[in-house]
Amino acid sequence: MTVMQHIWIVLGVLFVLLNIAAGLIWVERRLLAMWQDRLGPNRAGPLGIFIVLADTLKLFFKEDWIPPFADKWVFILAPAIVVGSVLMSFVIIPFAPGIVVADLNIGLLFFLAMSSLGVYSIVLGGWASNNKYALLGALRGASQMIAYEVFMGLSVMGVVMLSRSFNLIDIVAAQENVWFVVTQPVGFVIFFIAGIAETHRLPFDIPEAESELIAGFHAEYSGMKFGMFFIGEYMGITLISAMTVTMFFGGWLGPAFLPPVLWFFLKTFFFIGLFILLRASLPRPRYDQLIEYGWKILLPLVLVNLLVTGAIALWLKS
Amino acid sequence: MPKIYIDNKSFDVKAGKNLLETCLSLGYDLPYFCWHPAMGSIGACRQCAVRVFKDEEDTKGRIVMSCMENVKEGLRMSVSDEMATAFRAQVVEWLMTNHPHDCPVCDEGGSCHLQDVTVMTGHDYRRFEYKKRTYTNQYLGPFIHHEMNRCIQCYRCVRFYRDYAGGDDLNVFSAHNHVYFGREKDGILQSPFSGNLAEVCPTGVFTDKTLKEHYTRKWDLTTAPSICQHCSLGCNTIPGERYGKLRNIVNRYNGEVNGYFLCDRGRFGYEFVNSENRITQPIIRNRTIEAVSHDLLIQHLAMLLPGQTLIGIGSPRASVESNYSLRELVGKENFYQGVNDDQVFLEQKIVDILQSGCVHTPSLKEIEEADAVLVLGEDIWNTAPIMALAVRQSVMKTAAAESLEQVPLPAWHDVAVKELVQEAKGFLANVTVLPSPLNEIAACSMQGAPDDMARLGFGIAHILNPTLPSVGVIMEKAIIIAEALKHAKRPVIITGTGGCNDGLIRAAYDIAVALKTEDRKPGLAFVLPECNSMGLAMMRAPSLEKVAGRVQNTPNVTVVILENDLYRRIPAAKADAFFRQCKNIIVLDALHNRTTEKAHVLIPAATFAEADGTFVNNEGRAQRSCQVFMPAINTIKESFKWLWEIKALLTSASNGQEKHPDELLARLESSLTQFAGISAVAPPRDFRIHGSAIPRESHRYSGRTAMLSNLAVSEPKPLQDDDSPLSFTMEGYRGMPPAPLIPSFWAPGWNSGQAVNKYQQEVGGPLKGGDPGIRLFEQTTATPVFSRDIPDAFVPRPNKWLLLPQHHIFGTGELSMYTKGIAERSPEPYITLSKWDAEQLGAVKGDLLSVKTDEKIYTFPLIIEESLQDGIVLMPAGLQGMDVWSWGAWVNITK
Amino acid sequence: MLSHLRTMWLVFLHLFHKRETIQYPEEKIQLHPRWRGRIVLTKDPDGGERCVGCYLCAAACPVDCIALQATEDEDGRRYPEFFRINFSRCIFCGYCEEACPTYAIQLIPDFEMAEYKRQDLVFEKEDLLIDSQGKYPGYNFYKVAGLDAGVKEKGKGDNEEEPVDIKSLLP
Repeated sequence: MTVMQHIWIVLGVLFVLLNIAAGLIWVERRLLAMWQDRLGPNRAGPLGIFIVLADTLKLFFKEDWIPPFADKWVFILAPAIVVGSVLMSFVIIPFAPGIVVADLNIGLLFFLAMSSLGVYSIVLGGWASNNKYALLGALRGASQMIAYEVFMGLSVMGVVMLSRSFNLIDIVAAQENVWFVVTQPVGFVIFFIAGIAETHRLPFDIPEAESELIAGFHAEYSGMKFGMFFIGEYMGITLISAMTVTMFFGGWLGPAFLPPVLWFFLKTFFFIGLFILLRASLPRPRYDQLIEYGWKILLPLVLVNLLVTGAIALWLKS
Repeated sequence: MPKIYIDNKSFDVKAGKNLLETCLSLGYDLPYFCWHPAMGSIGACRQCAVRVFKDEEDTKGRIVMSCMENVKEGLRMSVSDEMATAFRAQVVEWLMTNHPHDCPVCDEGGSCHLQDVTVMTGHDYRRFEYKKRTYTNQYLGPFIHHEMNRCIQCYRCVRFYRDYAGGDDLNVFSAHNHVYFGREKDGILQSPFSGNLAEVCPTGVFTDKTLKEHYTRKWDLTTAPSICQHCSLGCNTIPGERYGKLRNIVNRYNGEVNGYFLCDRGRFGYEFVNSENRITQPIIRNRTIEAVSHDLLIQHLAMLLPGQTLIGIGSPRASVESNYSLRELVGKENFYQGVNDDQVFLEQKIVDILQSGCVHTPSLKEIEEADAVLVLGEDIWNTAPIMALAVRQSVMKTAAAESLEQVPLPAWHDVAVKELVQEAKGFLANVTVLPSPLNEIAACSMQGAPDDMARLGFGIAHILNPTLPSVGVIMEKAIIIAEALKHAKRPVIITGTGGCNDGLIRAAYDIAVALKTEDRKPGLAFVLPECNSMGLAMMRAPSLEKVAGRVQNTPNVTVVILENDLYRRIPAAKADAFFRQCKNIIVLDALHNRTTEKAHVLIPAATFAEADGTFVNNEGRAQRSCQVFMPAINTIKESFKWLWEIKALLTSASNGQEKHPDELLARLESSLTQFAGISAVAPPRDFRIHGSAIPRESHRYSGRTAMLSNLAVSEPKPLQDDDSPLSFTMEGYRGMPPAPLIPSFWAPGWNSGQAVNKYQQEVGGPLKGGDPGIRLFEQTTATPVFSRDIPDAFVPRPNKWLLLPQHHIFGTGELSMYTKGIAERSPEPYITLSKWDAEQLGAVKGDLLSVKTDEKIYTFPLIIEESLQDGIVLMPAGLQGMDVWSWGAWVNITK
Repeated sequence: MLSHLRTMWLVFLHLFHKRETIQYPEEKIQLHPRWRGRIVLTKDPDGGERCVGCYLCAAACPVDCIALQATEDEDGRRYPEFFRINFSRCIFCGYCEEACPTYAIQLIPDFEMAEYKRQDLVFEKEDLLIDSQGKYPGYNFYKVAGLDAGVKEKGKGDNEEEPVDIKSLLP
């Protein structure tokens, strides 16, 4: 691949991703409305799609206020980290054969590393805000991330065992015959749950919890800095959906009447929809229940899954 | 101390009280109507039913009226008992069968005892579906509105009006369920205490007519503890404000001073605060635009004042703080009293006597408890009405006490005691120029010239202490009075400045001192003319005549006149001459008058309702009057604030810091030792309870976000009060405030003024924490010096008459006359002569006579007074717009 | 876990339900007579102002957005000298209507009262008074209140006896 091609791919991925993230503003609101028997945003533009523009403009023109009591530099840094770390994760995702920014042989580990970095934005943002609700949100965020990080990593190990590679292109290729969701159903479920927790989406939006912590770690943020958290969350959804598709649903693989990249996006959108459906239907658990659920149920389960997968893999090999 | 059991809880209670008082003192909410702490029980309304049990085993008990039952050792009773509760609810239901559904248009609503009791007993639904009784109303004068439909026949009004206050034109008519409380026919209620009917009536039959003009509910009033401005007694009041206007005044209980009642001048004389005649902006005269801003005024004064000799004229109606601030501004040697020579002389005499400490000066409460009273030459009915009411109580109580010595009856049993007493009276000797309504209850009364009254006094003193000089003839009345005083344990002698004769004051002093023995504690009470006369006199500054002399000999004089109309102090010619000699005249006052017309610079001063200030009453009791509301116009400020601002212009080291009453009183104490202790008059301005100030507004103050929204929809910041521990908002401490800071009487379930029960240590006793006020005179063991200078007997002179003032409760006050109703009842100027004198002049009633005094001729209609001493002419004192006359001068009268 | 999935499924099915949204400015909403909207002052059957200036609405108002001053005409009939509602503060709780003893203040089904300037949300009596009896036709407070305020003489009201003749001792 030439350097030019590479740059085109990078720009293309960036363009598509940011548009999806922004578009999700509209998608989420419309879908939530549908599931609540409402219409949702339908005034600006056809089907209300221009709410994306309106919302973005609003965020740009809102006063970008840094509270006088905040730790100024850390306060500015935090929202940058969230967007940065998520965008970095997309580097290793194979959208279709040949469309990948970096074909790393430790792609999966890179993804885990990057998504763990995201927690810094929450901790730093909550700390720098110098506000007790923000700090509480940050603390919750940190402990939630640590808990779910562990078995998120472990849940995909089954996939790694079966495909014998950390390279995501290899993992997709290994699903040529059967998707890993069939062979690794437990791994899929646990990865998906951990993914929700990673993106701190409802029902696991413990760090922001409007009704208890009045928006938690980003309570003090406004304007485009708040916008970064906002966009970061949507990109997180996209990332987890894309990763799920890549690892358990055969990535770009699909019947040939559609191009591979479209298959990839279709599958991804399905999971994005699932995320939104989760938000529409499930209530938020209590903080201690969430942590307990992680450590006491999901972690043993994922270990058992790993053991069984390993045993079967060994048995098949012998 | 008997022990009684209420609902099986034991209490040690005071003997000699009835169960109702006892329960209320203990904090029980027991409803009542006809009982009043100042008037005792008659058991008419049947509302205060409780169940009393024979002993511990008795479960049946019996229903009794708690106001008619004495406290007995070991008594068992129940307030919350089911049968008693049902009984009380039933009584209210009966009362309500005829009570109209007009609370929305009733002025009592929201401070109504009947509403409180109805809610307290739980009666909330009218089952009686038949017709309601109606009555026609009467016109009762400018103060009291009558709506007889609302009556619940508790008889409190007539008991107060007739028995307590001695009025005779309000009565009960008709019979059975048609009883009617009113006058024989429409007409003005004559008693000067009629305003109390509005508070005494448990519902809205009698309501305040002046409040009706600008009606506001109690919960909407901004209130603060205040002091009445209309005489020297310093009655405690609660003025209420709404939308920047003063709305009404109600009584503020002070066990030592006014107790439960106010006179009509005090209650209704507040309307000057809302007057059109108020000075609202600083004025610099002789300019194209005379009304100026605050900054322009200060600029002007900064240019005007340097190099000038500042002379200050104080005022007996300005607070201690303002007078002191003026004294600080101009310096001790340039401060004058603003009162004429004769008055200063009399007041100085009084202050000397009280400061000598030889004799005790009683509070009104002590006068009420006196067992013999001699009023010597002071027309207290007109100059100190509440003192007259106290004297009446002393006469009644003494008679009752004497009767109860023979028959053991509880003192609160009003009807029985009245039956027993019949027409008996305690001892009162009323010695005045003209007969007074007090004569009706006086055992001995006398009319005469001031000198003769003084001679009577000296005669009494001589009988009591024969070492004192004799007046020559022994007067029969002197013997009677001396005997009565000798037999009393707590005699009180009352005199004052109203007689314009120092002989009266000296004679009263001699009597009081001569009465002093081991077991006899005489009291000597003085009546002064104005609300802070005593405070000003205690500063011991020279009189107005002295300043006139001073100005003549000094060039470049700037005179600063504090809240004082000099035309009410000295004859107009003298005042004019004085003003001509002053280079600059700076006047601080609240209302335009003849003096403010002369001012070159006129500064708007706050009235009592807009100012914090301390006033010293006739017994030397310093009392704090708190600001009720902030004037809407910010150029109206307390005089002392203006004066300190002016002082800051003169001293180079001006820090511009505002002076607060606390600091001023502390400085006053250190510079004038006679005021020692005055700074404890009220808690300091940083006083807080649990970190909270005391709110002036009720907890249900309404319209906060709408009252100013017509001007600007954004609400202004709440007003701050730096001068007192009171706040201008609804927020603050809602519990029991210290007694000097009670902004209003309210307790849960007790919205009417009857909530005062909750503020007293025991019902009818002192307020919790002690009654407010600091007495500045203490009795010492100093050896008294008798006065031996007896005036000569009065002899009429041919074609000359002795000019004396006649005071009027409605008419004499400078400020009270701004109230329409009071102006309506004020007399037109007149000349009073004795019958013989009138005949000599060949004049009949109504003829126009001319009096020549102070180089001017005044022509007024004649009134003939049979009992007036020949050779005396009486003219009304202090009518609005009248010149002041030289009282005590000999004048010519022509037809 | 299963119940969670069931929840999600049920929520998902709402995709195919009927929308509840009313497209407001184009489609008008049907308001009920007891809907608590704009506050008005009504008149009694004789055309007089019903409000007697009793201050109960002001006292009941939890946001203190009602201010008024009572006054009287020469017959003694009370009416508000001014009556002001600051609608920028009003929360349309209807307590004022509940408190009103004369049915004067009423909340009506009209909510279209937005303004561009907050100051325009301050309504004076002239803005509030309507020429109608509102929800309670036929009611006249002074007919049942006993006192004589120019509406009826003493004893001529509903359920009232003729005034007592105090000169008579007959039962």
